[in-house]
Amino acid sequence: MTTRPERTTTYDADALGWFGGPERGFGGRFMPEALVAALDELTVAWQEAMADPAFVAEFDAILREYGGLPSPLYYAERLSKKVGARILLKREDLNHTGAHKIRNVLGQALLTKRMGKTRVIAETGAGQHGVASATAAAYFGLDCTVYMGSVDTRRQALNVARMNLLGAKVVAVDSGSATLKDAINEALRDWVASVDHTAYLFGTAAGPHPFPSMVRDFCRGIGDEARAQCLEQFGALPDAIAACVGGGSNAIGLFTAFLDDEDVAIYGFEAGGEGFETGRHAATIHAGDRGVLHGARTFVLQDEDGQTIESHSISAGLDYPGVGPQHSYLADIKRATYLPVTDDEAMDAMALLARTEGIIPAIESAHAVAGALRLAAERPGQTILVNLSGRGDKDMGTAIDYFRLGEAEAGSDRQSRLGRPDVETGDPA
Amino acid sequence: MSTRTAFEKARSEDRAALVGYLPAGYPDVPGAIDALRTMVDAGCDVIEIGLPYSDPVMDGPTIQAAAQQALERGVRTADVLRTVEAVAATGTPTLVMTYWNPVEHYGVARFARDLASAGGAGLITPDLTPDSATDWIAAADEHDLDKVFLVAPSSTDARITMTTAACRGFVYATAVMGVTGTRTTTSDLAGPLVARAKAVTDLPIGVGLGVSDGDQAAEVASYADGVIVGSAFVRALLDHPDDRAAGLRALTILTEDLAGGVRRA
Repeated sequence: MTTRPERTTTYDADALGWFGGPERGFGGRFMPEALVAALDELTVAWQEAMADPAFVAEFDAILREYGGLPSPLYYAERLSKKVGARILLKREDLNHTGAHKIRNVLGQALLTKRMGKTRVIAETGAGQHGVASATAAAYFGLDCTVYMGSVDTRRQALNVARMNLLGAKVVAVDSGSATLKDAINEALRDWVASVDHTAYLFGTAAGPHPFPSMVRDFCRGIGDEARAQCLEQFGALPDAIAACVGGGSNAIGLFTAFLDDEDVAIYGFEAGGEGFETGRHAATIHAGDRGVLHGARTFVLQDEDGQTIESHSISAGLDYPGVGPQHSYLADIKRATYLPVTDDEAMDAMALLARTEGIIPAIESAHAVAGALRLAAERPGQTILVNLSGRGDKDMGTAIDYFRLGEAEAGSDRQSRLGRPDVETGDPA
Repeated sequence: MSTRTAFEKARSEDRAALVGYLPAGYPDVPGAIDALRTMVDAGCDVIEIGLPYSDPVMDGPTIQAAAQQALERGVRTADVLRTVEAVAATGTPTLVMTYWNPVEHYGVARFARDLASAGGAGLITPDLTPDSATDWIAAADEHDLDKVFLVAPSSTDARITMTTAACRGFVYATAVMGVTGTRTTTSDLAGPLVARAKAVTDLPIGVGLGVSDGDQAAEVASYADGVIVGSAFVRALLDHPDDRAAGLRALTILTEDLAGGVRRA
């Protein structure tokens, strides 16, 4: 981690946060004037911090000593044999708090301390970013409030308890659809009133400038490490890289180091939900409708009047009707390819990885694994590097329901959907 | 009458203008038109019609509640323009207050054209600042529409200069750091903000800070050119969900109280 590659790529935003320029590009800042001064202050602080070797060294040390990084790059040999391509897994599931998100919150919280602010707020869907934020707040001694849709606080009571145990206050949000996007709205409302002493730890590489670029900077260690590890362990760059995309922080964290490696194919896998054609999905980029949501121009799930449409995914972390603007840009200029993966494909991939490698991935990350299985069929013998962005402990409730786990063993008449230990799952075709 | 003229008329009467807000489509499209016309009849000088939006980050619970119900009942952008047409026909300047995505999605040039042909005076854009508004500024200029951008207590002097220079009609001063909603005390941030804006522009300054009665209106009117009232009007309607006549009576009483307030300063 001490070798830090070039900070910039040819795919970065301009000074105002536009990817591809303001005319037909993505990003920018569509925000209330009341928050502009704070966003300008944050932009300056972030740029100064990233140019300050002391800040960078402190961030690296905290990631190493507290976050458990760098995460290993693991050659999944059994899975590779099964699918006919070399699958490498970037093991972000082994990080403290169980996902790549610890990078983002430690970075933003360290910056908060540097800026002299004493309180952080965050939004969360399933609770993973909330737990990570509460963790970082505890580590740095910051006051922490997490906004979470009331639908989600009921579905994810365990994560609410974790945040409480870590000392954070969790506010259930009843407005709108009472899910992630409404939690973001409520956090922004808090921020307008508290901005002089409060930092908003945004959970993904979306939102107004500088969040998409700043969150990318804090997450890009994923790709920086993976690229160096791949060269060191295998002597060459991968042929393709893959990550799941909701808001897109783990994906942009992986992609950034490879953007200027033109021979490396880049794939983002969005939540196809019950199938793109059903309309019940979160495949925002694949749907391809430009709009403005949460402060950025990007692709948005919206109706014909520009009202946001609720997204659907079995994976709460991908269940968001927007996406980070840099992903929209990379899709638009075709530097990266974004494809939907259905709930069923992701769950099959979750089971396959569990049974071939003894790794239970987060359902979010299982979308990337499922996508890599498709790529393996198209690219036999090639090397495919997958970001395993999080672990699946949090998803066992969903897995129990989906696979009907435990019922067969309990003598029930109903069979587990997985049934036999060696059930065929995840047909790579 | 243009927005500018309405403010000048109030100034010539040595008082502030009363600017009243309701979202379109609550309790339904005709009901909102009746309510807005009631506010015009009872003394509002300028009308703001809110375009209900799924993700209103600057709105407090009162306006959210009405706008969300309007959306659940199926209000469309075309209904908002229909509401503008009906209210503008009274001769009172009628602006649309809208988050940006519905306009961008409708098409900025098309929205400006249709708003102008409905008799609308212009747009108030709470999440669009002039530095991101190239398309809207061009379209507004083509159709002589008001461009009302917001200034806030946190705005730097440079941004207040930039923002007021881009405004047409009036300048909207959000004088509390927080979402919309009525407040029992007025803000000590408002006066200094108005003074900073007046130092760099001749445009009238309207102040929105949760005014809910004539006394608060009088206090704001002592330093501002316009008193903007939203949540209190919406509350009057929300408090009478099953009795529209009672809701309209409440609006009349509130409007008259506020109109008295802006004349007491």
